[in-house]
Amino acid sequence: MPKNIYQKIWEAHVVHTPEDQDSILYIDRHYVHEVTSPQAFEGLRLAGRRVRRPGLTFATMDHNIPTTDRSIPIADALSRAQVETLKRNCAEFGVACFDMFDRRNGVVHIIGPELGLTLPGMTIVCGDSHTSTHGALGALAHGIGTSEVEHVLATQTLLQKPSKTMEVRVEGKVGPGVTAKDIILAVIGRIGTAGGTGYVIEYTGEAIRALSMEGRMTVCNMTIEAGARAGLISPDQTTVEYLKGREYLPKDTPWEELAAGWLSWASDPGCAYDTTVVLRAADIEPQVTWGTSPGMVTGVNGRTPVLAELADANTRLAAEKALQYMDLGEGMPLTAVRINKMFIGSCTNGRIEDLREAAKVVKGHKKADSVEQALVVPGSQAVKDQAEAEGLDAVFKAAGFEWREAGCSMCLAMNDDRLSPGDRCASTSNRNFEGRQGKGGRTHLVSPAMAAAAAVAGHFVDVRSWEYKD
Amino acid sequence: MDPFKRLTGTVAPLEALNVDTDQIIPKQFLKRIERTGYGDVLFYDWRYLADGKTPDPAFEMNAPRYQGASILLAKDNFGCGSSREHAPWALHDYGIRVILAPSFADIFYNNCFNNGMLPVVLPAGEVEALFGEVRAAEGYALTVDLEALTITKPGGAALSFTLHPFLRERLLNGWDQIGLTLLHEEKITAYEAARARSPR
Repeated sequence: MPKNIYQKIWEAHVVHTPEDQDSILYIDRHYVHEVTSPQAFEGLRLAGRRVRRPGLTFATMDHNIPTTDRSIPIADALSRAQVETLKRNCAEFGVACFDMFDRRNGVVHIIGPELGLTLPGMTIVCGDSHTSTHGALGALAHGIGTSEVEHVLATQTLLQKPSKTMEVRVEGKVGPGVTAKDIILAVIGRIGTAGGTGYVIEYTGEAIRALSMEGRMTVCNMTIEAGARAGLISPDQTTVEYLKGREYLPKDTPWEELAAGWLSWASDPGCAYDTTVVLRAADIEPQVTWGTSPGMVTGVNGRTPVLAELADANTRLAAEKALQYMDLGEGMPLTAVRINKMFIGSCTNGRIEDLREAAKVVKGHKKADSVEQALVVPGSQAVKDQAEAEGLDAVFKAAGFEWREAGCSMCLAMNDDRLSPGDRCASTSNRNFEGRQGKGGRTHLVSPAMAAAAAVAGHFVDVRSWEYKD
Repeated sequence: MDPFKRLTGTVAPLEALNVDTDQIIPKQFLKRIERTGYGDVLFYDWRYLADGKTPDPAFEMNAPRYQGASILLAKDNFGCGSSREHAPWALHDYGIRVILAPSFADIFYNNCFNNGMLPVVLPAGEVEALFGEVRAAEGYALTVDLEALTITKPGGAALSFTLHPFLRERLLNGWDQIGLTLLHEEKITAYEAARARSPR
C-alpha cells in the first residue's frame, strides 16, 4: 500500500509500543537552546542520569543573546546566567554547544539545515515550537516541552501517539511578489490557528515544489501557527541540491547512496491522507495580519473586519478585542496602516534569500522619517557573513536600517530588542500575539519584501507595484 | 510527580479565545533556570496594571471571589503558540490543577500531563453553560474525578469526559515518564544496534 512520508518516518522510528501505552519513538536529532533546557539538565542531575546519545544532541544559544556588540558581557544578569548555564550543562554532559562566538552559532532552526544536521527521514525535536521548520527537508520535526527535553536527553526517545495526516495542496503558480510567507499566512487564514490540531501536515502541489529550500522552511516553520505540530515536504532534487557539501553530512556513505536514501522517504504516488485542503496559488496575494493571532490575516489590498459581518459570537469577540489592542478601526484598508518600527529576521525569515529579497526592495531608497527603527537581524553567523560578502549590509545601512548580530532578537524580545507600548511593527516573524515583541507593542506579520517596502513607505504597500531602483 | 485522582475546587473563568503561552507567561520570565516560582507572573500582562504590581480590576480572575481557584475555565485553542513548559509551571504554581476548555493546543496539552495537571476537553456548549453558572454563583465549585471520568456540579449533576487511557493512568499513578520508558531500555539498545547495521 502506498504510504505518505509521515507514515514512512513513523514506522521506521517506532522502537516499541508497550501494551496500552504510547509508542516509544526514536529521536535522530535533538536540538537544545538556553531557555527550555536548564530544568531538563537539572532533572538529569537530580536523578543521576546521563545524556544517552550526546553525539545526536546539538546546542546553540539564540533566544537571549544580544544582537549588539558581543565583546561586552550580557548586561541582563538572568540572561547571562541562562547562557552560562547552557554552556556548563553541555560541558558536563558532553553535548556540542555553539556559543555566541562560534561561527556555527545562530537561531536553532536556521543552523540545523545550514550545517547539514537536519536530513530527510529524520525524527527531530527541540524545546521550541518552531522545530516544525526542519520538516522542509522531509524530516518529522516538532517542538516539545522541557519535561520531554529531559526524556529525550535520558532515553533518546519520545512517547508518542500517531498523528492524523493532512495534505495541504497549493495548486498552480504564485504570482510575482508572492512569497513562501504569503503562502503559509494564507494557509493559516484558511484553516485557522487550530485547524491543524492533532495533525501532521504535508505540503504538496506545484507552488510548494517550486519553492526553494529556504522558502519551504518558512512554510513549515509556521505550521505550528496552524495548530499542527509538524509540517513537512517530501524531499526532491531541490532538497538534495541544498544539502550538497553541508558540514555535518555523514562522511562514510557515498553521495549517490545518501541522495537515494533521502529521496526514498518521499510520499508514494497515490498515498492517502486523513484530510486534504486545496488552495489555488493564483488567489494568494501578499498577506498582512491585522490582529493578535496569525489567523487574523488578509491580502494587502484587504481591510480589517467589520464586526457586524462576523456571524460567530466567539470570533466577533476575538476580533473586537484584537482591533482594540491593535488600535485599528473596522473596515480599514491595510494600506492605510502606518508603522513606526520594522523587524526583518527570525527562524521564519532570517535566511539569506529573505535578506536578498528585502535588500532588493530597499536598494536606492531610504526608510521613511516616521519609521523610528528598522532592524535587520540575520538568522545565523553564516547568514550574516554571506550577506556581508554580497554587500547586503551596506544596502540596508545606506537606507537607514540597522544591521545586527544573529539571534532571535525582536521575534520574541527576550533580549533588549523590543517594541515599546504603542509601537506598530511590520515584522517578518511568526507571532503577532499581544505583547510578543514587547508589552503594548503591535505586530503585523508580513514577508521580508513587504516589511522592507513598509519601512520605506511608512505604511503597508502592495510590493507587487514596487518601484525598484536597481 | 504527584498523582492526580480527585479534586474539588472553585472555578475561575477566562473569557478569551486562542490564549497563547505568551499571555500565560511572557518571555521576560523565561530567563530563570528553575521549575518553580512562576505563579506570581501568570497572565502578567493581563493581570497587573502598568506598574506590574497592582492587580488590574478589569481582569476577571482578579476578583476576590475567584481567588484560590484550582480549576480554570477557558475557551478554544487554549495554550497555543510557544512550547514553553513555563506555562503549565506558572498555572500549577498559581494553584490551577484542572483546565476545562472546548479545545487545547497540542504541545501545551502534553506539557500539562508532565506536571500532574489535567486538561479536560468538554463540548463547547457545556463550557458556555459553565461560564454562565460560574458567574452566577459565588464560590461555584466542581469535583473532578479522574478515576470515574466525571465532573460533578454543585447541584449533583455530573458531566462525563473522555481521556486517552494511557494519559489517565499516568496521572492517576503520578508516573515518571522517563522511568517508564527506561523499563524498555534493552529495546532502545536493540533498535540502535539494528540501525547501525543497516542505516537508511
